[in-house]
This record gives sequence, C-alpha cells and structure tokens, in this order.
Amino acid sequence: MKRHLKILEHALSSLRRRTGKSLAIIVVYAFTIAVLASVLFLTHALRTEANLLLTAAPDLIVQRQIAGRHELVPYQYAETIRQLPGVANVQPRLWGYYYDALTKANYTLMGVDQGLPAEWPLIEGRMPEDIAECAVGAGVAAVRGLRLDDDLALIDSSNIGRIFTVTGIFQPESSLLANDLVVMTTEELRDFFGFADGQATDLAVRIYNPREIDVIARKIKRELPETRPITRSEIVRTYDAVFNWRSGMLLTVFASALVAFCILAWDKATGLSAEERREIGILKAIGWDTADILLLKFWEGVAVALTAFLLGLVGALVHVFLLGAPLLSAVIKGWSVIFPDFELTPYLDLYQVCILAFLTITPYVVSTVIPSWKAAVTDPDSVMRM
Amino acid sequence: MMYCRMFLGTILLLLSVTTGIFFWADRQVATQAQSLTSARREMVRQLQLTDLAIWTEARYSRHPSQADLFTPFQEFPGALEHFPAGSLLAPPSFNLNTQLKVALRAGGKS
Repeated sequence: MKRHLKILEHALSSLRRRTGKSLAIIVVYAFTIAVLASVLFLTHALRTEANLLLTAAPDLIVQRQIAGRHELVPYQYAETIRQLPGVANVQPRLWGYYYDALTKANYTLMGVDQGLPAEWPLIEGRMPEDIAECAVGAGVAAVRGLRLDDDLALIDSSNIGRIFTVTGIFQPESSLLANDLVVMTTEELRDFFGFADGQATDLAVRIYNPREIDVIARKIKRELPETRPITRSEIVRTYDAVFNWRSGMLLTVFASALVAFCILAWDKATGLSAEERREIGILKAIGWDTADILLLKFWEGVAVALTAFLLGLVGALVHVFLLGAPLLSAVIKGWSVIFPDFELTPYLDLYQVCILAFLTITPYVVSTVIPSWKAAVTDPDSVMRM
Repeated sequence: MMYCRMFLGTILLLLSVTTGIFFWADRQVATQAQSLTSARREMVRQLQLTDLAIWTEARYSRHPSQADLFTPFQEFPGALEHFPAGSLLAPPSFNLNTQLKVALRAGGKS
C-alpha cells in the first residue's frame, strides 16, 4: 500500500511538472465525458418519463385511414367497437392543429367534455366549461403573453377571428405534456374547426383486461378494415425508439464526442514525448524495475482519467438535471417555435454510469501504459538517446 | 506525500459531489413519484394524451405515435428532422416586439 502511495506521489509530481499539458488533457477529456454522459442522461430521463406517463394513455387509439391518409371517424364506429366483448369504454376524441401566423407557432387544439374536474393540480385557474373559454399550455401563454382572464384571438375555419377567455394556464411542470395545448369544450372545438356532427378525430378505447388489448385491436381491424388501432404498448415503443441514444441528432453529438475521445486515446497510445522517454530512461538507470515504471504510468493514467471522469460526470449531471440541458436542447430543438423547458425528473441509471466509466477510463489507462511498457523494456541508454 | 493528499482530497470531493447528486436525484424521484408524476399521469388520463409535447414543427413530430406510417412522404417516427437544413437554421424567435392591450372603459368606449 505504502509502495503504491509513493509511486502515486511520484506520478502526480511528474504530472505537476507538465502542468499545462496535463490540465489540457483533463479539460478535453472531462468535456468529452460530459457530452457523452449528457446524451445518455437526457435520453434515459426522457425515455423513463415517457414510459411512466404514457402508461396512463388510452389502451387503444382507433384512427380511420382512407387512401393512406388520416380521416375523421364517424361516431357509429364507436358503437361498433363498444359492442365488442372486453371493451370498457369508447370515447371520441376531437383535436387538431392550428398554425398561428402571428407567432409562427403550431398549437394543438383539443376538445374536452364538460364532465371533467374543473380544478387540477397542474393548472393555474380552471378548465374551460363554457363556449369562448380555453385553457392554454405554458408555451402558448409565453408566446402570446397571456395571463389568466386575458383574451386569446384565433382564426377559425371560416376565417373569422374568435376571442377566447383564458380560464386556465397549465403550469410549467406540465410543459412536457401540455406546452402547446389550447383546450376548449368539445362543442366549441367542433364549431371552430367546422367538424361535421357525429364525427371525431379518433377514438380512445379503454379495455377491461390489458392482456386482451392486442386481441381487441385485431377484432377492430377485422370489423372495421379501414381503421388503424394503435395500442398503448406501440405508443410506448415509439418513445423508446425516439429517445434511444442512437437516434438522429443525438447520435451525431454522441459520435462526435466518441471520435474526440478516440483521437485523445490514440494520441496517447501512439507514443511518448521525448521528455517522458528520458524520464523512463533515467528511472531505469537509477534502478527502477519495468514493473515499477508500468505501475507509475498506470497511476498517472488513473489520476488523469479518474479526475476527468468525475469532473465530466458532475458537469453532465448539473447540465442535464439542474440547468435543463440547454446545450443539447438547442441541438434537438429543430424547428419547434414552442419548445418546452426540460424540467426532468432525475432518473439515473447506475448501470449506464458504470458502463461509461469502464468504456472511458480503461482505454485511456491502457493507452498510457502500453507505450511506456515499450520504452521500459528497452535499454535505458538507448531510450535516453532517442 | 503532498500531491497524493491533494489528489485524494480532490477525488474524495468529486466523489462526494457525485454521490450527493445521486442521493438528491433519488429523493427527487421518490418525492416526484408521489406528487408531480402522479399529477402528470392524471393529466394524461383525463385529457387522453398519447404523446409528449416536445417537437411542434410537424404533425409527425408532435404526435410521433399517431403519425400515419403508411403515407408516402412521412418519415420514420424516430427521425427528428425532415430536412437537414433545420439543424442549421434556427426557428423564428417567438418574442413579440409589440403587445397591444385593449380594455373597455366604464363608459363602454374602448
């Protein structure tokens, strides 16, 4: 133990002699790890959040498709589905999209039945109960500068402006679900979009026994061939795919950081500086074993890698969970004018952290030790002359 | 042993900060599971939501799980961007330069 501590002391004093280089390596290494860990933490937290929240989604959503396009569903379809054994409830959903030319943002307009509770924990104010009332998401309130009891003007399908009184604003904690929502009564939404009576955007189906969802989806498809039933597990699977670290831009960020790390490790592995070579030669000349030199280089690698890993890890945790991943959200924002602030529940996976530690610390330490081993087994005189 | 002490102190400090953040995260998850997550789940149940409101630029990105997969010109739901240009060009800022508030006076004139 004492021998290890003494060799570690020597390794640290050797790093101290090359302060500039050592600090530069630690900073680059820590930044690379912070980027890799941020991608992993963000995607894991979003995936876990989606999995947890969407388990409360309807068991089945039934859409109607004509010529490969989404069409409105007649209410009679709801009756047909209700007759199937095992179906607890079928509720027509009325919703659609609205492009707001003023802010160049898209909103999702959603109709709610009047039977819903008026006061919810995540809403300031209340849900709309009458015509010309609406509740809006925090994103819509921000872009339109809305407060409670303000008026929201929207253009309906007949190109006529309508004024809605804002009775409720969804709190920022619900932004992940309701950032772009404008909720109004079903009848008001039907009138706004000019939906024909007896038609809905799609149907939400509740099923008594979750194990029968797939069977009932197949039955619906057989009874109503132009429909497309989407099961809850398909919804959850979609989010698994969306927030997989391999997807889209996150892969680009992840791959860039990985390449940067590989270059760093490669640079270390391909050779020693003349100063390091001379140091190894001198140590050999004054009686150090090859094993001692390898131990010295091992501790040197561990000191750099461990410090950089922990710095990067803390940086990633602060970036994602305390600051809301501002650097990554700028990358994945795309063209969304309304984009939620990530107030994520900090779901952490220790397994991921261990894998990241193994995949970043080990290659660096190995790439520090191998070139030193090559120099350490060579004659000290020729090493010093190289 | 000065450097050794400094190094071990730094590592211990960083480890304590990391462990602290992990404990904080664990407590947050436990408390939010009771309050915020259950409130959010109730919202999903009541409003019958199917998707997270993250990307609002296209219907297949606003509702990836509801996108018409069979339609030509629709991308795979996991794709985040339709055009690579979207990665380089920022969306328009939503800050309104001017806001007018119109209110009725007591006499009925605006």
